[in-house]
Amino acid sequence: MLLTSWGKHPVVNATVTSPRDMDAAVAHLERTGRTIGRGLGRSYGDSALNEGDVTSCLRLNHMESFDPETGVLVAEAGVSLAEILDAFLPRGWFLPVTPGTKFVTLGGAVASDVHGKDHHAAGTFSRHVLWLDLWTPALGLIRCSPEENADIFHATAGGMGLTGFILRMALRLQPAASAWIAQDMVKAENLAAIMETFEHSGHYPFSVAWIDCLKTGAAQGRSVFMAGRFAQPEELPEDRRENPHAVAAPRALSVPFDFPAFALNRFSVRAFNALYYGRAPRGKSSGIVSYNSFFYPLDAIHDWNRIYGRRGFTQYQFVIPKEAAGRGLPRILDAIAASGQGSFLAVLKLFGKQETYPGNISFPAEGYTLALDFAMNDKLLPLLDRLDAMVLDCGGHHYLTKDCRLSPETLGRGYGAALDEFRAVKARLDPKNLFSSLQSRRLGLDV
Amino acid sequence: MPTMLILGATSDIARATALAFARKGWDLRLTGRDQDALRRIAQDIAVRTGRKVDCAPFDALAPAEEHAALWNSVAADTDALFCAVGLLGDQEAARHDLALAGRIVASNFTGLLPILALAADAFEARGRGLIIAVSSVAGDRGRASNYTYGSAKAGLTAYLSGLRQRLSASGVQVLTVLPGFVATAMTEGMNLPAPLTATPEQVAADILRAVEKKRGVVYTRWFWRWIMAVIRAIPEGVFQKMRGL
Repeated sequence: MLLTSWGKHPVVNATVTSPRDMDAAVAHLERTGRTIGRGLGRSYGDSALNEGDVTSCLRLNHMESFDPETGVLVAEAGVSLAEILDAFLPRGWFLPVTPGTKFVTLGGAVASDVHGKDHHAAGTFSRHVLWLDLWTPALGLIRCSPEENADIFHATAGGMGLTGFILRMALRLQPAASAWIAQDMVKAENLAAIMETFEHSGHYPFSVAWIDCLKTGAAQGRSVFMAGRFAQPEELPEDRRENPHAVAAPRALSVPFDFPAFALNRFSVRAFNALYYGRAPRGKSSGIVSYNSFFYPLDAIHDWNRIYGRRGFTQYQFVIPKEAAGRGLPRILDAIAASGQGSFLAVLKLFGKQETYPGNISFPAEGYTLALDFAMNDKLLPLLDRLDAMVLDCGGHHYLTKDCRLSPETLGRGYGAALDEFRAVKARLDPKNLFSSLQSRRLGLDV
Repeated sequence: MPTMLILGATSDIARATALAFARKGWDLRLTGRDQDALRRIAQDIAVRTGRKVDCAPFDALAPAEEHAALWNSVAADTDALFCAVGLLGDQEAARHDLALAGRIVASNFTGLLPILALAADAFEARGRGLIIAVSSVAGDRGRASNYTYGSAKAGLTAYLSGLRQRLSASGVQVLTVLPGFVATAMTEGMNLPAPLTATPEQVAADILRAVEKKRGVVYTRWFWRWIMAVIRAIPEGVFQKMRGL
């Protein structure tokens, strides 16, 4: 069948196998040739694609137990973050880390070691996983955790499915005072202003900025900073105070068909940016918003990736150390503005310190991360190559979950020795490269 | 807390429907042949909803006495019966393999009669109760491609229709569920046309809505009512020539 991921590029012919339970999963993995694990397919590029077998965890979607004393949920890897929220937010529990969409599986969340608006306080997703069960070609089914088979655990977190197939895990949820966020919004006139705002906003549990990536001159990098924390019941409007964890059903919209190619172009994007920035109130404003609109604004529009039309799009996300960001980000924004490429989904965040372990290639590192959408077209790839060079010059690196066109050299220069350590762990677990994707072969991550 | 007894609870439609009712406050008793699979589903529903979910063995092909024993052990605190037992089987083989044909008819129709009858009597005596059974549009008209299965479902549909008429005076609700194409383990590998194929979750939502609106018959999805009306209306002479249907 034709298979693609969120960026709708590339599209490949694959065979998706969806085992119904653990035994069926192990039986399939023991028999299959080359394969790669796949969840809800929300990675943007080719990390969950193969011209051949792809093993889906979607039918491994049972929850096993929940301990209300500790907040620890044990569940199969195909359970999604959305299902966890549906079941547990009404009981007062939230995810310890959530990416910008809740439609990812537990397996996918670990394989990408996702991060969220709270990275500076909570780190990445795997930090809140107590243990996971992994099937590996060399060692069969093993349990790994920061205490047991720790090197395997850390290689699997952010390991893009290349160490084996994740079957189940234990995740510690965090208590939430309500289903609402007390949000502050601050308008920043330019890049220096938004970086200044981030510097002084470490006290917010959640923070992110939407940045206008097309503006040049004095207003380059103008942004809307959005930060918040869970609202206490007393802060909610009276009619919500009785039931602070009750969730208002989000009104779901849908993009029913692919937009034509001309819909998203430099003029429409510039117009949107002007409108979005213009709409934000001057200075600082505060309000109470639902968790859905704070954490998952795009999830409300099902299939929003269709606005990029049939050619699809790619996301470009990198991180640059703080010291280099002051000179690096303006150069990058200059290059993007000059190209006319770019979209209104440009997000800037200041990552906190990220724990490092031998063999771990998780993406975040302390510094500024910028995530951009680009519609696929012929002029795009040369721009991205130029941006790659700028990112590397600043000592930065790229997020594999968004990537579909990075070169092995860029990967090597960005991640350095961590890649060799990762390959060493993979060589022990999967010496014959059973777990291999289009991305891993392109990037030379296989052994 | 009302309790629903579910027969054939390991099926995809049953699991989705069980979860939907649990979310509405029902406790559940899941039955079927594979106790491990039942426990996995029971745990999942219990963790998601906090409701009480038990398991017990049930095999439609077992003798009626076993069904009576099960019913008697749970009748007192059972407020609803949901029957999702079904077997498609190899329809081509069933044309000639009489044992297989017998199993198909028993699994989809005759094997369910003892427990349906017991539940009907118990609910009638109480003056309240809910019986839901999953039949199929295949029972609306027998087709060359699956008439063994279709005939059993036709029998079930007629039985439920009569049961509904009998029990209407006693305040007992009987709902016949008529799915068209559904993406489940039963239809895995079949090339179903995507726009016409429902997910188990959609079927569950349709069932829940039909129960709340006190309907007697629900086609899922809704458009199958009209598809089958057309198919039933085709004159026999014309129908015979449509062997590819």
